[in-house]
Amino acid sequence: MIINHPILGPRDSQEFVYLGDASLMTRPDGMTAGIEEFHDWLYNRDNPAGLHRELWYHEQGDRSWLVVTRNTVTHEITSVELARDVARKMGRSK
Amino acid sequence: MSQSNRIAGGQIDRSQTFRFTFDGVPYQGHPGDTLASALLANGVRLMGRSFKYHRPRGPLSAGSEEPNALVHLRSGARQEPNTRATVAELFDGLTATSQNAWPSVKFDALAINDRFNSFFTAGFYYKTFMWPAAFWEKVYEPIIRRAAGLGSLTRQEDPDEYDKGFLHCDLLVIGAGPAGLSAALTAGRAGARVILADEDFRMGGRLNMETLTIGDAAGADWAAGVVAELASLPNVRLMPRTTIIGAFDHGIYGAVERVSDHLATPAAGKPRQTLWRIYSSRAILAAGAIERPIAFENNDRPGIMMAGSLRAYANRWGVAVGDRVAIFTNNEDGLRTATDLRAKGVDVIAVIDARTDGTLLPGIRHLKGAEVIDSSGRLALKTITIRKADGKTETVRATALGVTGGWNPNVNMTSHHRARPVWDEGLQSFIPGDGGPPGLIVAGAAAGHMSTHGALATGQAQAIAALELLGMKAKADTLPKAEDAPISITPKWYVTGGKGRSWIDPQNDVTVKDVKLAHKENFSSVEHLKRYTTLGMATDQGKTGNVIGLAVMAGLTGQTIPETGTTIYRPPYTPVAMGTLAGRSRGKDFKPFRLTPSHKWAEEQGAVFVEVGMWLRAQWFPRPGETHWRQSVDREVLATRKSVGICDVTTLGKIDIQGTDAGAFLDRVYANTFSTLAVGKCRYGLMLREDGMVFDDGTTARMGEAEYVMTTTTANAVTVFRHLEYCRQVLWPDMDVQLISTTEAWAQFSVAGPNARKLLEKIVDQDISDDAFPYMGAGEITIGGTRGRLFRISFSGELAYEIAVPTRYGDALIRRLMEAGQEFDAIVYGTEALGVMRVEKGHVAGNELNGQSTALNMGLGKMVSKKKDSIGMVLSQREGMVDPNGYRIVGVKPVDPKGQLTAGSHFLEIGAEPVMANDGGWLTSKSTRRIWAAISP
Amino acid sequence: MRPSVGQHCKQVLNRSKGGAGMRYSGFRVIAEALTGHKGWKPVWRDPAPQAEYDYIVVGGGGHGLATAYYLAKEFRQARIAVLEKGYLGGGSVGRNTTIIRSNYILDGNEPFYEFSLKLWEGLEQDFNYNAMVSQRGILNLIHTDAQRDAFVRRGNAMMLNGADATLLDREQIRAMYPWLNFDNARFPIKGGLAQKRGGTVRHDAVAWGYARGADLRGVDLIQNCEVTGMRIENGRIKGVETTRGYIGAKKVGVAVAGSSSRVMAHAGMRLPMESHVLQAFVSEGLKPLIDGVMTFGAGHFYVSQSDKGGLVFGGDIDGYNSYAQRGNLPVIEDVAEGGMALMPAIGRARLLRTWGGIMDMSMDGSPIIDRTHVEGLYFNGGWCYGGFKATPASGWCFAHLMAKDEPHKTATAYRFDRFLKGLMIDEKGQGAQPNLH
Repeated sequence: MIINHPILGPRDSQEFVYLGDASLMTRPDGMTAGIEEFHDWLYNRDNPAGLHRELWYHEQGDRSWLVVTRNTVTHEITSVELARDVARKMGRSK
Repeated sequence: MSQSNRIAGGQIDRSQTFRFTFDGVPYQGHPGDTLASALLANGVRLMGRSFKYHRPRGPLSAGSEEPNALVHLRSGARQEPNTRATVAELFDGLTATSQNAWPSVKFDALAINDRFNSFFTAGFYYKTFMWPAAFWEKVYEPIIRRAAGLGSLTRQEDPDEYDKGFLHCDLLVIGAGPAGLSAALTAGRAGARVILADEDFRMGGRLNMETLTIGDAAGADWAAGVVAELASLPNVRLMPRTTIIGAFDHGIYGAVERVSDHLATPAAGKPRQTLWRIYSSRAILAAGAIERPIAFENNDRPGIMMAGSLRAYANRWGVAVGDRVAIFTNNEDGLRTATDLRAKGVDVIAVIDARTDGTLLPGIRHLKGAEVIDSSGRLALKTITIRKADGKTETVRATALGVTGGWNPNVNMTSHHRARPVWDEGLQSFIPGDGGPPGLIVAGAAAGHMSTHGALATGQAQAIAALELLGMKAKADTLPKAEDAPISITPKWYVTGGKGRSWIDPQNDVTVKDVKLAHKENFSSVEHLKRYTTLGMATDQGKTGNVIGLAVMAGLTGQTIPETGTTIYRPPYTPVAMGTLAGRSRGKDFKPFRLTPSHKWAEEQGAVFVEVGMWLRAQWFPRPGETHWRQSVDREVLATRKSVGICDVTTLGKIDIQGTDAGAFLDRVYANTFSTLAVGKCRYGLMLREDGMVFDDGTTARMGEAEYVMTTTTANAVTVFRHLEYCRQVLWPDMDVQLISTTEAWAQFSVAGPNARKLLEKIVDQDISDDAFPYMGAGEITIGGTRGRLFRISFSGELAYEIAVPTRYGDALIRRLMEAGQEFDAIVYGTEALGVMRVEKGHVAGNELNGQSTALNMGLGKMVSKKKDSIGMVLSQREGMVDPNGYRIVGVKPVDPKGQLTAGSHFLEIGAEPVMANDGGWLTSKSTRRIWAAISP
Repeated sequence: MRPSVGQHCKQVLNRSKGGAGMRYSGFRVIAEALTGHKGWKPVWRDPAPQAEYDYIVVGGGGHGLATAYYLAKEFRQARIAVLEKGYLGGGSVGRNTTIIRSNYILDGNEPFYEFSLKLWEGLEQDFNYNAMVSQRGILNLIHTDAQRDAFVRRGNAMMLNGADATLLDREQIRAMYPWLNFDNARFPIKGGLAQKRGGTVRHDAVAWGYARGADLRGVDLIQNCEVTGMRIENGRIKGVETTRGYIGAKKVGVAVAGSSSRVMAHAGMRLPMESHVLQAFVSEGLKPLIDGVMTFGAGHFYVSQSDKGGLVFGGDIDGYNSYAQRGNLPVIEDVAEGGMALMPAIGRARLLRTWGGIMDMSMDGSPIIDRTHVEGLYFNGGWCYGGFKATPASGWCFAHLMAKDEPHKTATAYRFDRFLKGLMIDEKGQGAQPNLH
């Protein structure tokens, strides 16, 4: 596969490490959320057959974490964003 | 020996003669020959035996779809099993032997299977060999396994090298027949970066095998002219002897280039084959079509082959397969073979034409509405039996029979993304369906355009279309004149009426009867048919015969062929050598070596090394007279305990963490607290995964107000760094914290033992007395002016430090340390002694930190602060993880230190029955005097 | 309890409206051969779905068919249907590397897999179909001391659970396979853990044997019947919507590994798993080279040789979520590199076919056999890439759960709530990241 890195351009996916569903970005706050909320966030997945937003890490590259939107049936990639930008848009900060 | 069946013409170089042997018999051939064409030229038709019935077999085809003519090519360590003689390029000195036959291909003992064929039907083995129960593994299966397989490996290491490479292009053209050449020419002239790949050693595809003309030139000459023009274009790369093996995601194609297979041995420094990964913006599949047979009784004898191949051997290689040739056809193409052969002076005794319409070939016995119903000849074809339109049968003498049931567009690669081909009623064939690999379009016969004109025109049109999508303009040059004959075909899949066997999949010995049995037993879906009968699972993957099996099944179920469906093709297009796929990653080069800065010095000391991940670390340093590793390790431990020992610990992961939020960041990623750590001090840190299990541990030092240096375990250096980047970029994107891995930037040595300080004081420029540099102190230092870092930490239980210098000074530092340590009898120790000392001190390491342990299991539960949010804190509180009855890692001193204990041993009460209910835990690590164990309370 | 396999050889054929009830044997094969194979009967019927069943098993793969078989045979239940969206045995049971073994380390797993291995040992006589259960042994190679420590612990745990395990040293392995890479290896072979009772089974025949056995006992095997919805009223399952119409059921068990998330979404569930593609490989047929199963401990590569002569091998999953049933080049190359590193003599053997199967990769690498929040709806999945060897025990335990509404004693740990309770069964210690298991 080829991932079109937003800064570096098209790169073979072999340069990247895969983590999983981008829903992992919505980590609850450990001082307010309890076990049930953390459990649902960490363990359960939509696991769609179709568009999937997922986290990839450019380990053999610039170390960017990326949010890749990819179809799990066709493997077509429709968007690649820097995860930090996405996280900030989601309201994550410190 | 004379080439008895060689006739005039062809694209072989008769000015040179190659000598070769088959089964030890010497023969001669010419450059341009394949092994099959050369053997056929010498009158050799028997080249192998089939898998199940050991039937005598000769080539069915003249290409890579060959199911029958499989041989051992070369000898010794270079012996290559299952090599298709039809594509093995002849070279001087070639040796080949037959396979799957004993004692010889002519007299094969296991041909007895053929006698018992009525027992060995499809799937018979599922119904028997069950009694007595123990006999399957003891008796039946060993017999079956001994007979299994076709060719054999010599068990010697493959002496050849293989390479890998990467190529990029605008347009990849797969196949260099008329369609592919037309496409490549169109795109090449337009300036696009083109790769044209063809599995053959001579480009031109069918044009090399036909007597057709293009414009005023012979087809083969036109092809040679186009190839010459393409070769002159700097933007075009021609790749003959290159098979595109698969269409992968996003325009990536795998390709195997046979760099040296046409030579006796690869030239010095050259690989045998190269695996290319081709990144293409667009691709055109111009892979042509593959002829299919018509099944009839005993249609598998040497001498019976595809009609188009019979023609190819005559036209391209100057070989008449037999002196009396018959043609069995259901389509117009069969007549082309008859005409070409006759023009070459071959005696064409009859054309048996299943069609009843159309014109008769003048001057040839052309039987309309007739069928071939049987053949004879044990090792080669002797007679065929014809059933004529009036129902009368006639047996005639024939030494070769060309069969054609029509041509299947070569849709193979369009299925690599699991798209299903669709049925074309006019062609009576499957053609590419929707949903093929994105960016791949099809031209020529592969798309069902079966004429030469169709190939040229669609090749050109598809190239223009492909380039347009890339924003490039290509010109539609006037096409040269070429034949544009319509398709005339009457469906004919197999001949009915007889009681014998009609082969569909000749290699696996799947016959029409097997399909009928599968139907009778309700294995009627195409997937069940394939799996039950093994149809299409041979090394040719059913390229010629699969569709016949489908047609037979369709006839039995009363469905149409498209209703019956088809299985799909998967990569690779043709089988690929394992060596090619592995490239240079084998032997010692399987993975890169990471060497520590003191490696060279350690080698000089005669160290024994051990693989630790990719690292090679000194395991112990034997001294003269030490005959057992225990002696060396004991000496290293005792000397360290007594005075001072030095160990290279560079492999530990090192991460510099800087920024105003660095302390707060560490509080989040460690279970314990680091923001309160004083500058100039270090602290042991425990890192959890988000699921609350222990991830890693190590010491982290605060070098400045906003600057920390983290160490990780060797094993987790990469994953911890990745995780920290994740936390920084994804979870808390606005934290002011920067990371860099410095694992390879610093050489680091542990200096441990009562004399450690005395030794270091000799080389460190600063005051490192206990007051100036107390326990758990950390700071910048200089060593003779060279900058370095010093940490007063110990994992071995003694007064100990870790000293670091930039990696390039690592070798100098170890030499300096050892020299300065001479007066203290300083020794160097390896990973074994390190392990012994850490167990005795009571530190957990890899065997305990196995990803299945909680902080509580480790006895480190109190380190998990609940006053702050940190990775893993919440889920570490789940009921199963705070169970007071869970196991604990404890140190144990053996009552009898002489007793042998093995790590991994389980504890049972003396006399207790050895069952899991009595399990008391297990021994995780051991040293010479103490062990670490996980104990169930 | 030892499984009572073999005790039921006196099969109750034609007990209900099942198939023709033909018993297979060598004598039958000979008799048919002499009479032109005219007497063979369909291996299963193609019944139309009835309006209602007591039990519906969704999924006609290995686990679903085994579940239906044991429901009928061992638990004496009736009115059972298996609904399969494609063809019987078309899931992972027909797309795996055919290995059986019970060499697990953790308490939640090992008794279950040992139960499965014992069922394999009596399977052919039990269902009167030669699935070629072949216990030629499995050998896990050891390349580091830490690996040896872990394998010793594992071997001991296996023996404490009644399984067999043998620790071999380097020279014993050299005696078995002298042509492995002993002298020029990047990660030298230091030993191995062998389980002699491990081996291989002809995978398709497992599906067919169970299907035939179930059909004989009156189970309706309904192909080309995809479940498109579930009817749930007052928290209780009523039936399933399918491409062949609504079918009522008192109890519904879902065993559709690879499609688990999609099917269970019909019941409003999000599962603790991701779907990943695992590629597998077979070489051209070769004369005998490897007797048993072997795993390389310093790379991702495992291999055996089939009774037809092909080297059957595999390695790591591709690593990204996928429902595509096909993989990419990097893993193909990685697997070949592992193969060549271990066996330099296979350089000139050719890879014939690759294929990709979809795996339910669970959050701890272990499966789930459990009830759901919907009464009467049961779930079996999350097998990662280890489901084939589990087929008999999975079917037995799932049938047990559905028939008795309580888990079989070897499968009590395979619960959904183990993640909430922190009772993960994580053999590899990788945590909640499915692609690492």
